[in-house]
Amino acid sequence: MANEMLGYIELDSFIHRLTGATKLIVFILWSTATMLTYDTRLLVVLLVFSIILFSVSKIKLKEIIFILGFILFFLLLNNIAIFIFDPNQGAKIYGSKTMLTGTWWRYHVTAEQLFYQFNITLKYIAVIPPALLFLLTTQPSEFAASLNKIGVSYRLSYAVSIAFRYIPEVQRDFKTILQAQQARGVDISRNEKIVKRVKNVIAIIVPLIFSTLERIETISNVMDMRGFGQHKKRTWYVGRNFKVADIIAIVICGVLVGVTLWLFTVNDGRFYNPFQ
Amino acid sequence: MKKSIFDTKTIVAIGVGTALFFVLARFVIIPTGIPNTEIQTSYAFLALISAVFGPIAGFFVGFIGHALKDITAYGSAWWSWVIVSGIVGLGIGLFFNKFKVEAGEFTKKSIISFNIVQIVVQLVGWGLVAPVLDILIYSEPANKVFTQGLVAGLWNIVAVGVIGTLLLIAYAKTRTQKSSLSYEE
Amino acid sequence: MQPIIQFENFSFKYDSQQKPTLKNINLSIYPGEKVCIVGPSGSGKSTLAHCINGLIPERYKGEVSGTLSIAGKVADSFSLFDRSKVIGTVLQDTDSQFVGITVAEDIAFALENAMVPQNEMKGKVMDAAIQVGIEDHLQHQIFELSGGQKQRTAMAGVLVNNIEILLFDEPLANLDPATGKSAMTLIEQLHQQNNKIVILIEHRLEDALSQTINRIILINHGEIVADMKPTELLKTNLLAENDIREPLYTRLLKYANVPLQEMEQLDKVEEIPFHNYRKEILHWYEANVPVMNEEKIQEAPLLVLENLHYTYPGTKQSILKNINLTCHAGEFISIVGTNGAGKSTLAKCISGFEKVKDGVIRINDADVTNESIKSRAEKVGYVLQNPNQMFSQPKVFDEVAFGLRQREVSSEKVTEIVHDTLKVCGLYPFRNWPITALSYGQRRRVAIATILVLNPAILILDEPTAGQDYKHAKDLMTFLQSLTARGTTVIVITHDMHLMTEYTNRSIVIHGGEVIADCKPSQVLTNPELVRKASLKASSLYEIALAVELAEPFELVERFIQFERRVAQYGE
Repeated sequence: MANEMLGYIELDSFIHRLTGATKLIVFILWSTATMLTYDTRLLVVLLVFSIILFSVSKIKLKEIIFILGFILFFLLLNNIAIFIFDPNQGAKIYGSKTMLTGTWWRYHVTAEQLFYQFNITLKYIAVIPPALLFLLTTQPSEFAASLNKIGVSYRLSYAVSIAFRYIPEVQRDFKTILQAQQARGVDISRNEKIVKRVKNVIAIIVPLIFSTLERIETISNVMDMRGFGQHKKRTWYVGRNFKVADIIAIVICGVLVGVTLWLFTVNDGRFYNPFQ
Repeated sequence: MKKSIFDTKTIVAIGVGTALFFVLARFVIIPTGIPNTEIQTSYAFLALISAVFGPIAGFFVGFIGHALKDITAYGSAWWSWVIVSGIVGLGIGLFFNKFKVEAGEFTKKSIISFNIVQIVVQLVGWGLVAPVLDILIYSEPANKVFTQGLVAGLWNIVAVGVIGTLLLIAYAKTRTQKSSLSYEE
Repeated sequence: MQPIIQFENFSFKYDSQQKPTLKNINLSIYPGEKVCIVGPSGSGKSTLAHCINGLIPERYKGEVSGTLSIAGKVADSFSLFDRSKVIGTVLQDTDSQFVGITVAEDIAFALENAMVPQNEMKGKVMDAAIQVGIEDHLQHQIFELSGGQKQRTAMAGVLVNNIEILLFDEPLANLDPATGKSAMTLIEQLHQQNNKIVILIEHRLEDALSQTINRIILINHGEIVADMKPTELLKTNLLAENDIREPLYTRLLKYANVPLQEMEQLDKVEEIPFHNYRKEILHWYEANVPVMNEEKIQEAPLLVLENLHYTYPGTKQSILKNINLTCHAGEFISIVGTNGAGKSTLAKCISGFEKVKDGVIRINDADVTNESIKSRAEKVGYVLQNPNQMFSQPKVFDEVAFGLRQREVSSEKVTEIVHDTLKVCGLYPFRNWPITALSYGQRRRVAIATILVLNPAILILDEPTAGQDYKHAKDLMTFLQSLTARGTTVIVITHDMHLMTEYTNRSIVIHGGEVIADCKPSQVLTNPELVRKASLKASSLYEIALAVELAEPFELVERFIQFERRVAQYGE
């Protein structure tokens, strides 16, 4: 069980000063662009750009190194899986087959496959910095206000705020319940056989879930008594107004999506194909 | 006052439910002994929330909970799978009136219909929607993503079928006998 | 003058229940008043509060008869939202009341919902925060706050609405004594300076009376039993007859046959002329020479802590410093001190939930410092504050059997031990019941039973009586006392000074992670220096002892406790 968890780190930087809504929009537009495109040139530009943004944010590499290692390991596994399942996916996409090795059973290495797998790795990596930046530089309090600002219903936005309010509490309760049940002899480690382990896990999640759900009624009564939901809108204590920098950031990302779509027509599809 | 689809209780259920889904998804995973496959208790809980609070709560607990878990654990979200978590919550939740857990009678019949629903919903979600989205977004090899989807889907079906069913039975029991009380506390 | 709240022949029955919870209530509350509603649990006082703040009829359905009007409006046509602009409710469970992520956001919640513009909102939040003295913690999150600070945030959160009526549901339940006292002072300030009508629902009457209260409404079985001025009520025996804890000083005055009827006032303990009744009090004092407990031969120590240190993992923050303690079999020990003093951490270290950084823990002379949680549990049992956090089995029997079955004890043996334990806990008739059908007090006993089956030599309970009424708290403490008679050492963490003195025979006072006193409970509460340092509250008996010039004030407390124990056992 990994205890490493990413969360807001208090610092002062250009990125921190952008409103949460801006960072959310940037994150969404950026993710959209990287998900749509398969143009290597654009992906490289996005990656370089996002590394620059990261250094501007003053967040230290050591604070995210654990997660980065985790992601790189995952990408390695994913690449191996892709190759095992279909060594010809690249050839299918790019419509040519430049053999680099001989064939052994159904496996061979082609330049197209290498290029395809390079691209898919880029695609996965290029989306990480904006997601991390959004998470690490936005105060949890501002999440809800940001969602509401980009058009999500304020009621649903508030649900996100409640989630942030309760995550530390549920985590603490989980720890307490785990200890109390361990004292009664519950073991959820690999020492137990699978069926017993499932039973033991149930003995921990049942009290955790039911003692937490019990509170829903009280919390919703409190919110009603404090006037939640009486109007069609609500204001936010932590909400911030857009400044020039916010608008510039959003425009740049809008242009980015525009470029992505424009490249579709240039490349005649989502792929940049150097093999033709 | 105009009724919103998000009444206060649903909002609180989404908020508190998301927090629980998140903690379960991060910390309460049972390795099966087979590499890279695990029983995720968070989906058993998602089934409970959907069956008790309905499709809206189910969808958002799955969607927001999975997105938060991905971002805090991997630094980015696998949207194709995040959406499917939402769909699973939504799909099970659509039939919540059929299960009658809130009334305290989760009978054999309800157990069977609950499991039929969860199996169908999860097969469609993990076995079809997730791989198709993976192909559309990432152009991953079809045989790879369908295999991955099916494997993950089957384990989640097991998680919901075993742990989810037990949670629902336990939940229904907490709802009984209320009417025979003659004192308030 | 027009009453602001008026119940006329008002009755209410929940749809889910067979009998009405409120019967024929006639009650008027006037502008400028501060009233306290007392009653045992199940008496209907929370239902009365729901009727006032509008949760009934909007959230809880039922049949209403008679009328209720609030601020001149008929309650039926007065919606929950509109009422929230007149009445602010502060719940006992301030954790659930805290919906924002930070203090500032939580205070702002009602303003946000009323669409107050942000710039205006900031000023209003600051004003409300200053009124309750939480302005230095605006950016804090809930887990950084003490119980008192959470309550202040909750008050500020309703004060921003500029309400007229403040309704408190058991404001003292989760606070340490000194914090409770300052909460009552703050409430009095809001009442006096900001002209709020205050309605308190509280059964810790003596603590509530630390500030002026105009009227006490005693309610039981859904009916109003008494509606009178505190002094008048304290002269009667109605409180005791309805399971409400009477203040210690009136109890003593009654035992000493002081003519209460001639007293002008009885609610302000510091203004009662005890000295005038010195003769009566001393007479009672002399007549109740304590039975000397022959000094028990000190057996070998059961639990020994040597130079215990604890710091939070990954930090340098020192929570426990150099703790040295020795406990013997059959002791009933209370651990007291402020929130955050380290009481719970100490309990968790003893139970093996937390690993100590330095020091040695010995049980029966064996070093257990590095034992696993599971083996430690066979020697030390720890009962969580919320029993619901311990239950994973639907039935009482299975829940209690759980710890034994995990240890693969044979099933005949399990049945035998579980039945014995259930009998000790008075739960044997309920062995086949679903836990959810039990009352909160019964569930707490089930939680204790689940731990007792492992036959630990030491039982530790975190705040076992918090939020329970006098009768249930007494029942529980008596039960724990019976366990000590069987040789189990019981350690309770508590904020309740009365239960501490009435039941436990040794108090350990923790302050800033250190043990600052380890003595008889009566000695703690008659030591002003200790009381101040550890945020406790001196016993009102101490005031009497000073007034009648007793050389050893704690002797009076001792004799009082012995007298009450005797009365409880054999009658007067």
